[in-house]
Amino acid sequence: MEELIRRLTEAFGPSGFEEPVRETVKAAIGDAADEMRVDAMGNLIASKYGDGSGRKVMVAAHMDEIGVISTHVTEAGFLRFTGIGGLRLQTLLGARVRFAGGQLGVVYCERLPTRMTLHPLERHYIDVGAANREDCPVSVGTPGIFERSFLREGQRYIGKSMDDRVGCAVAVAALRQLNETPHDVHFVFSVQEEVGARGALAAANMLGVDVGIAIDVTLTGDTLKGPHMAVRLGQGPAIKVKDAGMIAHRGLVRLMRRRAEEMKIAYQLEVLEGGSTDARSVQIAGAGAAAGCISIPCRYVHSQSETVHAADVDQARELLVDLLSKPLDL
Amino acid sequence: MNEVLKALSDLPGISGHEGPVRQFISKHIADHVDDIWVDVLGNLVAVKEGFSDPGYKVLLDAHMDEVGFVITSVERDGTCKFATVGGLDERMLPGKVVAIGSDAISGVIGLKPIHLTKGRERKRKVKLSSLRIDIGAKNRSDAEKHVQPGDPVVFAGSYYESGPIAWGKAMDNRAGCAALVALLAGEPFPFTILASFSVQEEVGLRGAQVVARSVQPDLALILEATPAYDLPTDRDVSPNVVLGQGACLYVMDGGTISDPRLVQHITNLAHDHKIPYQVRQPGGGRTNAAAIQRSAAPLPAATIAVPVRYTHSPTSMMSLVDYGHLIALTEAILRSPDHNSFSG
Repeated sequence: MEELIRRLTEAFGPSGFEEPVRETVKAAIGDAADEMRVDAMGNLIASKYGDGSGRKVMVAAHMDEIGVISTHVTEAGFLRFTGIGGLRLQTLLGARVRFAGGQLGVVYCERLPTRMTLHPLERHYIDVGAANREDCPVSVGTPGIFERSFLREGQRYIGKSMDDRVGCAVAVAALRQLNETPHDVHFVFSVQEEVGARGALAAANMLGVDVGIAIDVTLTGDTLKGPHMAVRLGQGPAIKVKDAGMIAHRGLVRLMRRRAEEMKIAYQLEVLEGGSTDARSVQIAGAGAAAGCISIPCRYVHSQSETVHAADVDQARELLVDLLSKPLDL
Repeated sequence: MNEVLKALSDLPGISGHEGPVRQFISKHIADHVDDIWVDVLGNLVAVKEGFSDPGYKVLLDAHMDEVGFVITSVERDGTCKFATVGGLDERMLPGKVVAIGSDAISGVIGLKPIHLTKGRERKRKVKLSSLRIDIGAKNRSDAEKHVQPGDPVVFAGSYYESGPIAWGKAMDNRAGCAALVALLAGEPFPFTILASFSVQEEVGLRGAQVVARSVQPDLALILEATPAYDLPTDRDVSPNVVLGQGACLYVMDGGTISDPRLVQHITNLAHDHKIPYQVRQPGGGRTNAAAIQRSAAPLPAATIAVPVRYTHSPTSMMSLVDYGHLIALTEAILRSPDHNSFSG
């Protein structure tokens, strides 16, 4: 699992440009799925078919990460840019960017009036070492990601795109581990979640499922004056009750809790005040679906050092496998 | 003079009241398409069968509606309260002439003349809620002979051309409509063309999502007018697309990330055919691509547009040369047989 998480978090894949991640996921799945296809938006759909007695289930983990896209080359050869997904200004200064095509750059901003303030995004730039506009190797409209290598420290995995490559790793591992299932399970490695859960919406519209389970990260409330949340790192996967875009299906929440208790998996209940996941899209796509989310607690989400705990990751996988192996009585 | 563009720009058609535009387009394309219908929302959909690969369906969308206003009440003094329809900057409204309802009753969004205002008053922002449309009526009963609550209102402004520049009130998106009308008038294409002249884009991409679900295309191209903000600024920050420098290709906006394979295909074609194009600055705004890309099964979609200055105002300004490039680029895409590389 660790090696897969390393490979996935170090891969390039801002929203809309997920191909390298998709190839990594494909290779990791190997021949474990009954069927594998890529839809027109780039969602990778790996399906495992049951005996017909179960339900149609979509498991969603998104492949895309937040990033940048160049909007303008200044006369002096610096790139102006905007965010792909929810960039946080306080994570930008000094960050390293890798553009599609491989060009590296450093993010900085115009002179700050005081050390206590930040400029708005449009006053930041990326320095790719060009002498002037003509010399700039990156053109307008080129996507990029933050360059940061994976780190393991004790039980913690630290990296740039745990959101949601750790979810992808959990889904891949669950798919490989899942021997028998009564359900038709479509593992959707989705695109464009960070810009509004777009890929999962289209995939769910196409698939028409009964049950949707997203595997994604959530915030934690265990840091110094951090978010007000009851979720803590290392205390088990979180079963989502509600976030800003979805109220989880009560029966599905109940079932997840019961299964976790039966397996003696520590779990936490999650209420996230801001943000949402692919489960939101699955819930309201087509004729609707019973939707929920298994969340992996993650510190410093949308920074280049997103931090998760190995035990939470493993238990999320165990819970998912157990859910998919048995009837889903909601 | 481009007579189709002139007629389309001048016709009234705020969101939900696209009838006159629809009728004009319907009349102009009827002889050039194999099937044509109006759906329950008012979207005009036409089919032009492909000659070699008719099973592959390309949706070309251009929205018919424009931004404007709706009368909300007629006041005792004979002036009319109104609400905006679509995105309008209220700072731009005072003093503008409008046309109300199917009889195009003239009105003006009045403001106290400078003679009667004092220094500080002139610096204050005028609130939308304080503005009224004045049709010159004596009182409410006089006004109600001509105007009723619910009447649609558009900017009054007639189309004209001067050299390569065209002015008009509704280039967004009658320019896209006119381009699509022109494309349909030509020879059949290898693929089947589903032309969608859609309603209610300006109020939230409402019409196009219904079209996409009902016709289920394989690929979608959205023809649009995109704001140019190319006037000189004091800092070297992200200027938008430039008038006269070609058709604009969307890579990413607030609603859609265009299919990168399709974007690459289009830029290759533009280079091959020597058609000037520019990358529309990634950032905000949305087009019908957002609705079409994922309201049914996922499909590759991209928006190409003509740059327009002062859009969502009584006078938008467009280069007819850019307009020609938009048509040429779309034509090049539709005549290029290589679609398998981005079909899934």
